[in-house]
Amino acid sequence: MAVRTEQLAPTAAGTIHGNGYRLRRFIFRLLDYGLMILLAIFFLFPLIFMLISSLKGDEGQVLRDMSSLQAFVPSSISFQNYQDVFKNVPFGRNMLNSVIVTGGIVALGLLVNSMIAYSLARINFRGRSIVLAVVVSLIIIPFQAVAVPLLLLVNSLPSFGLGKPGWIDSYHVQIIPFVADAFSIFLFYQFFIAIPKDLEEAALVDGAGRFRIYWSIIIPLSKPVFATVAILQFLSRWGELLWPVMVTRGDSYRPLPVAMQTFFGQQPRQWGDIMAFAAMVTIPVLVIFLIFQRWFVQSVTSTGVKG
Amino acid sequence: MSVQNTVVPRSGNWRKGEERMAWLLAAPAILLLGSFLIVPFLMAVYFSFTNQRLVPNPNLETQFIGFRNYQRMLDDDTLKHALLNNFTFVIVVVPIQTVLALALALLVNQKLRAMNLFRTIYFTPVVTIMAVVAVIWYFLYNPGSGLINSFLQSITFGLFKPVDWLGDKSLALPSIMVLSIWQGVGFQMLIFLAGLQEIPDSLYEAADIDGASRWQQFRNVTIPGLRNTILFVVISTTILAFRLFDQIWVMTKGAPEDSTATMVLHIVQQGFSQQKVGYASAISVFFFLLVLTISILQRVFIKEERQV
Repeated sequence: MAVRTEQLAPTAAGTIHGNGYRLRRFIFRLLDYGLMILLAIFFLFPLIFMLISSLKGDEGQVLRDMSSLQAFVPSSISFQNYQDVFKNVPFGRNMLNSVIVTGGIVALGLLVNSMIAYSLARINFRGRSIVLAVVVSLIIIPFQAVAVPLLLLVNSLPSFGLGKPGWIDSYHVQIIPFVADAFSIFLFYQFFIAIPKDLEEAALVDGAGRFRIYWSIIIPLSKPVFATVAILQFLSRWGELLWPVMVTRGDSYRPLPVAMQTFFGQQPRQWGDIMAFAAMVTIPVLVIFLIFQRWFVQSVTSTGVKG
Repeated sequence: MSVQNTVVPRSGNWRKGEERMAWLLAAPAILLLGSFLIVPFLMAVYFSFTNQRLVPNPNLETQFIGFRNYQRMLDDDTLKHALLNNFTFVIVVVPIQTVLALALALLVNQKLRAMNLFRTIYFTPVVTIMAVVAVIWYFLYNPGSGLINSFLQSITFGLFKPVDWLGDKSLALPSIMVLSIWQGVGFQMLIFLAGLQEIPDSLYEAADIDGASRWQQFRNVTIPGLRNTILFVVISTTILAFRLFDQIWVMTKGAPEDSTATMVLHIVQQGFSQQKVGYASAISVFFFLLVLTISILQRVFIKEERQV
């Protein structure tokens, strides 16, 4: 494993060891890149396979090519599979559902979680340390351990006059239970506690209310943590499968992961269509990821900081 | 972690206003966490002592049945397989994924050209949702002439005979492990990368002057510098591995012969598909205690290691 090759190779060594050293370094670097390229192939080939297969309009072609390098050659480019997907399933609706649900969770979550975190980090109130301890300890409860009783609970909640029993098959059943998130609160808390207090104190002296301070001083200073929490919540919610499997019944509220699974389960399997569906789920997020790459990296790395 | 002592003069009224505001700001989150996490959790504990069903059966009244659900777990073969599979998954995947993530982080942390590109490529699977990953790999694992079978066949010059990756009970779980690592490792790589960048360069320079070899530097500078990061990665990967569900649900639903059954899958099948909420709740409580115990044990174990 080539560790920090560049820094560890003292420039003086080049002159001491002469050409032998330089040759060795060249070979090492070659192996280094070779290894990284092999790994890149490992991480990319399933996605390229998906994309190329989706562009082969003839199902027979997809199956004939799947066992050889032909699988990675776009012999003919056709959008037939994509048209098939739109013809057979309400893909647009599923996409819209996913956007509404994930967007709802992220937007409401940013507000709700940062508000409590501000309160915990900045206001000295009775019960503060207990609330904080409870929130932190809630991080450990896996959602999967409460999913079944939660299903029963949302089933018995009033349905807001939608003519269905309980909350089943709706947007709010997919959004509301995930808005408050203990880990997001913890991330906000850690960030807020480190902000210098001078500005806030000046505002307090001027008679500004707490909500005013939160809204017009703390939020503008905390953009990085808002971005972090938004991205982490997005990553964990966008692909959620378990909960929508349990609470959605038809296509009207079904998000992409469940739609993908159902489409995949339909017999006879049309692999070209399935790959087109998979590509349409993946490409928009991939594009967003490439645009906001820097923020993605920063947000993921900040989760490890707490270690 | 101390709360500020503001220089603002405090009257009794002001304090009261502060308290009210604090609770007001905290209220939505407390209400939501209470209703959708704490209450269901307590419900799980309560239901685990009853024969509660998802849709109450008019002929079968819901009643307390004591520890019968827990007793039933002892005779539940699928549960035993699920538990074994979860542990196998953790024991295999956590070390491999951690080491691979560290290796990737070390590679892309080099000050060479195009490192940003490689980092992006290695992270790409993380933004691909698991349902899609499972579908693609299902196709790749196609028995007979799937890409993976053909690839192994051609690099062994025909020695390798095509197998049914997901249909063979000794291969199904390992096959799922591969795609799980493929999808997840990029996340841990980034966490390690952040850890690596926090180790001061001066430590490496000092080690260099002392004539430490690359390996010695790795052992004595990099690894100790990454202690907390490693702890975090191991614990979080373990917990994620115990939650294994999505790829199983799409690809095998536990088949063949429970060889890919997992705890969460079993909870869903019992509580949702078969509507036995009482029994599923008992498994959920057990599942929670298991995850709790393991994360505590890991913390204690790794801390003690540190003192040695």
